[in-house]
Amino acid sequence: MREEKNYWQALNLALDMAMAEDSSVFILGEDVGLYGGTYRVTEGLYAKYGEERVRDTPISENSFTGLGVGAAMVGMRPVVEIMTINFALLALDAIINMAAKIPFMSGGQYTIPLVVRMPGGVAKQLAAQHSQRLEHTLMNVPGLRIAVPSTPQDAYWQLRQAINSNDPIIFLEHELLYFTKGILDSSIEPLPIHRAQVRRKGKHLTIISYSRHVLLCLQAAEQLAKQGIDAEVIDLRSLKPIDWDTCAQSLQHTHRLLVVEEDCQFAGSGAEIVTHLTERCFFELDEAPIRVAGRDIPTPFNAQLEAASIPQVADIIAAAQRFRYPS
Amino acid sequence: MEREQIHKMLRDMLRARAFEERAAEEYSKGNFTGFLHLYPGEEAVAVGVIHAAEPSDYIVTTYREHVHALVRGTPSKAIMAELFGRRDGVCKGMGGSMHLFDAERRFMGGYAIVGETYPIAIGVGYAVMLRKLPEAVICFFGDGAVNQGTFHESLNMAALWRLPVLFVCENNHYQIGTEIHRHSAVTDVYKRAAAYNIPAEKINGMDVLTVNRTTQRLLKQIRSGGGPYLLELETYRFRGHSMADPGTYRPAVEVHSFTTQDPISIAAHEIELNYPTTDQIAEVGPDCITLLTQHAQEKGQLIEQELALMKDDIAKEIDAAVDFALQSPQPTLEECLDDFNINQRTEILI
Ligand SMILES: Cc1ncc(C[n+]2csc(CCOP(=O)(O)OP(=O)(O)O)c2C)c(N)n1
Ligand SMILES: [Mg+2]
Repeated sequence: MREEKNYWQALNLALDMAMAEDSSVFILGEDVGLYGGTYRVTEGLYAKYGEERVRDTPISENSFTGLGVGAAMVGMRPVVEIMTINFALLALDAIINMAAKIPFMSGGQYTIPLVVRMPGGVAKQLAAQHSQRLEHTLMNVPGLRIAVPSTPQDAYWQLRQAINSNDPIIFLEHELLYFTKGILDSSIEPLPIHRAQVRRKGKHLTIISYSRHVLLCLQAAEQLAKQGIDAEVIDLRSLKPIDWDTCAQSLQHTHRLLVVEEDCQFAGSGAEIVTHLTERCFFELDEAPIRVAGRDIPTPFNAQLEAASIPQVADIIAAAQRFRYPS
Repeated sequence: MEREQIHKMLRDMLRARAFEERAAEEYSKGNFTGFLHLYPGEEAVAVGVIHAAEPSDYIVTTYREHVHALVRGTPSKAIMAELFGRRDGVCKGMGGSMHLFDAERRFMGGYAIVGETYPIAIGVGYAVMLRKLPEAVICFFGDGAVNQGTFHESLNMAALWRLPVLFVCENNHYQIGTEIHRHSAVTDVYKRAAAYNIPAEKINGMDVLTVNRTTQRLLKQIRSGGGPYLLELETYRFRGHSMADPGTYRPAVEVHSFTTQDPISIAAHEIELNYPTTDQIAEVGPDCITLLTQHAQEKGQLIEQELALMKDDIAKEIDAAVDFALQSPQPTLEECLDDFNINQRTEILI
């Protein structure tokens, strides 16, 4: 199959295929069934697979995510949808204390083939409690894996791979990506779930990002190209583990590192990426790396301030211009 | 009940309806985006309850809270400007529709994570208890919010320490698209309070007079040390859950059964899956405003002219609120950073 699809449709298809192929896959979450999912990701699945496999839950995030952990311990492959990442804060006990620890604590007796999907990020005036990005929190938890697809193709394949995996995987979907389009080609052999991908080749600097901000980096790169700055853009696709080799290879020919994240800068994903790559590639770098990140403030409701609180294309361009390039 | 009191409540219900319909209109025009949860259909709850509160009582509420603030006395223009995200909004444009706070009126906030109102309320209640003041805390929550752990944890503590909290369940039968029989094993919310030894009752949340009388009695009891109480108010929202939700998952048969106050029968859902529009729901629903207007007219407490005058005043008030919001400046980033001084504070630690 080779078709243009929305990001949400790609996820929907992945769930549909996984459920059709494997009866141990089931879905759990608020309004995932009859209503069809807040962002339509589970649309049609309730009618097709019935309420036992597409279960509408009460507002009990910690316990229904914990239910997913329990079911996974005995061989099911639950896909839990947390309506938005903001409510995952209530399920952190199930995610961090249970899902991430049980395989280890049990001396490897139990695996947790669990996927926890959650839409997140800064969308449009959803205010401080509904604009969270938790990658920094989750990245710091040994035992979890984190997928951050930015295209429909990746959304489809990474979700299929996540469901097939025996590890607990956090699947972060950006709320502003659901209605973006792209080609979904199911015949292309997918990359491993954690492998980064070079989205644009360039020779002057390496821009590393993930999720929705990859799209902004690509836009910035096009504009930078007009000024004679040729940026390489890497889409991490996975935040845990991170494919350092792909990043390091890029730095070997660009020698400049710019990291773009929507999350707040302090102790965020960019801090880890810059530190790791600086340690590993110190002698490759011509200049100190630069981070472009969200401001260290709760997200303001006001639309202009909301936009000012996270990196925009212009911020990425301005940061790239701060490097000194050989003329 | 006093004629004057009835007029005040009717006026506030009409203001509430007009405010919300106008907010929907301004949203549709693109004056702001985000989540907008509206209150039409449920006015008798906020109006009946809050009219029974003293200025010294506290209110903790959810993201569906414009009307609660309005009835509490926050000026309509300050709420509208907040919806627009402007500097003169009650939270300077930082909070928005779901997060109205008004400290002056002891309006302790609108919370958008379901189940957050209980811990805040018992915290405020704990402070009142320590200070031995004759004050009560009113804690609003929805039917969907009773399955969050905080409900059980907080009710237990409230009972254990006899905290002065009135838990008010706005039971509109829905948790977004999930009807109560599909989200709760026990659909009479008030019955759950028994597990924590908290007295409770369920009343018709469409009848503002009953809501008001009952709340007055309960608050009095709570202020004088009677301990927590749970009041379940049966109500219905005429619109979808938020502006993003058309609300078309609700079968017409349910609307009709609700009109006649029959218990909702799950079986009936399956017989007639005939989805109404929100307009139809508004038309046939047991409208709390119509109920009170009829009552007052029958008792000779309201004449047509008074009603017309009231509506006229309200239309002017709401127009003025929108004008005010439109003219209020956008807050700047500097103000945002300076005023709120988040993480930039350079404190001297000695
Ligand atoms: C912890 C949490 N989970 C999920 C949501 C998403 N959500 C917002 S409102 C809502 C339904 C709440 O229903 P109810 O408590 O009955 O209040 P109502 O909206 O009907 O007034 C849900 C699931 C949320 N805000 N917080
Ligand atoms: Mg409800």
